Amino acid sequence: MAQLKIPAPLSRLRVGRGLVLLICGVYFAVPMAASLFFSIDDYHGGFTFHAYTELLSAPGFLDSLYLSLELAGATVVVLLLVLVPALLAARLGAPRLRPVVEVMCSLPLVVPVVALTTGIVGVLRWGPDYFANSPFFQTFVAIQNPDFPVVLLIAYVLMALPFAYRALDGGLRGVDVVTLVEAARNCGASYPRAVLSVVLPNLRSALLSASVLTVALVLGEFTTASILGFQPFSVWINTYGKTDGQMSVAVSMISLMVVWIVLLLMSALGSGRRKSARS
Amino acid sequence: MTTAPTPVPAPAAVDSNGGAGTPGTAPASEAAPTADRPKGGKRRSGNRAWLGALPLMVFFAIGFGLPAVAIAIGAFTTSSDAPGGGGTFTLSNLTASLQGAYFTALLGSVKLSALTALIGTVIGLPLAQAVATSRFRIVREAVLSGSGVLANFGGVPLAFMFVATLGNAGEVTTGLGLKKYGWSLYTFDGLAIVYLYFLIPLMILTITPALEGLRVQWREAAANNGATTFQYWRYVALPVLLPSLLGGYVLLFGASFAAYATAEAMVGSSIPLISMQIGDALSGNVLVGQGNLALALGLDMIVVAGLVMAVYLPLQRRSAKWLS
Repeated sequence: MAQLKIPAPLSRLRVGRGLVLLICGVYFAVPMAASLFFSIDDYHGGFTFHAYTELLSAPGFLDSLYLSLELAGATVVVLLLVLVPALLAARLGAPRLRPVVEVMCSLPLVVPVVALTTGIVGVLRWGPDYFANSPFFQTFVAIQNPDFPVVLLIAYVLMALPFAYRALDGGLRGVDVVTLVEAARNCGASYPRAVLSVVLPNLRSALLSASVLTVALVLGEFTTASILGFQPFSVWINTYGKTDGQMSVAVSMISLMVVWIVLLLMSALGSGRRKSARS
Repeated sequence: MTTAPTPVPAPAAVDSNGGAGTPGTAPASEAAPTADRPKGGKRRSGNRAWLGALPLMVFFAIGFGLPAVAIAIGAFTTSSDAPGGGGTFTLSNLTASLQGAYFTALLGSVKLSALTALIGTVIGLPLAQAVATSRFRIVREAVLSGSGVLANFGGVPLAFMFVATLGNAGEVTTGLGLKKYGWSLYTFDGLAIVYLYFLIPLMILTITPALEGLRVQWREAAANNGATTFQYWRYVALPVLLPSLLGGYVLLFGASFAAYATAEAMVGSSIPLISMQIGDALSGNVLVGQGNLALALGLDMIVVAGLVMAVYLPLQRRSAKWLS
């Protein structure tokens, strides 16, 4: 209809649209291409892949990667152990709990990570300030163990809470948990059994996407770890980048790929869920 | 007694609770029916349910509550290295955090966030419109998935990518000889360009659903009534889009305001930004006796971010009305 009436502006729009897309495509493609080129340039007119091949032997690379992966795994476990019972409880037994859980899971979004970190530093200072002569002091030392900083684990679980909540809440929306549990209970299953063998398998894709999101978040997190003085992967890239620029750009390209893969994985999970919900 | 009666009232409770999660039901209306029914069995399962949320509550109290208390107390008391000893009430942290270099940094952060969010909105909207109305499905999907990646791509790797591109020895800088024109990435403008790299995709992701909610019929109706394209946008599309646009702007502002890693890896504290100042202050880079200054700075930041969220949430709710 509209096309018949106003053909001229529309065709002009189409050209304009192509132009807009082109300019922005350039803006977004150039840094990627330039970085890729930068990471393989040998400054004699040729190419070298040493930045990628020598990565594994770079000092501290494997240690920091290992620490990051360890933290990511622990964060996923703690997060799910804490969040899933609360969400199920809110669905199954106490609807008044739902706004409470929702607020608790949304508040971390309001507070910028830097500000949260100041709070953590403030708490950690209580150790030497007030608890120096009490057995509590050992707790403060233990959670800051550089081999496995529990304080980072706590911060990461908190940061991942809003995203995991959204993923799991979305998943729960597609499943009638109450009916499932009642059916299982009528068949004689206990509450824990009903949850473990009936509800959780139905939430598989939501649990998986919450976990993937959390792992991505932990692997990329820099602020808290750097301020508190620990050295997981992202902090290592920053430190090491000051000595070998080429290798740090190579790592950046790899991490862009990782984000891409993670999101592809998520959308594959999402479409899988939609398909199974329809059938 | 305990197991048999519970399953019976529960399904009824489900239906009265809004079909277990119909979007849009207010929490208040969900709570109401259970309050009217003080049945023994129901009450007990409710109590047990609160037990299920206990781990989350304990964790939240430790992970979020303790730092919040530390900020609230620390911002208003003297630090332990102060001459008069720690723990006495004072407003000097807060006043110091709103003066001199710290105030400049707060202003710098607000300025950078407001500017980048504005540019991101102004560029993101036509881009999203071009994508949403594209005839080619593949263009649409490619841009949207690309936006998803770039909006989530930030921090240190983003900084390094731009250093490799537009930094002093970057490929584009040397290739085009940009240095002759006085180009430097390590400035306010340079940082803004880097931030836009994840803010524009974020805007596209945020605004595309709203643009897809614009009905073709509205455009046709306007055209049939003799409206020009400009008039259609001025009187129909923009008013409908306004809550989503403002919401997107506020979201971008928040993202840019809270960003730390990119700026830290790229420029350090050479550009006055509140997040950099906090990082500095936390690393002990303050005068003796001002150890709690960082906490006051954190409080400033939370207040700004909280105001931003207070604007964002109602806007998001309003724009959701049009999308359904």
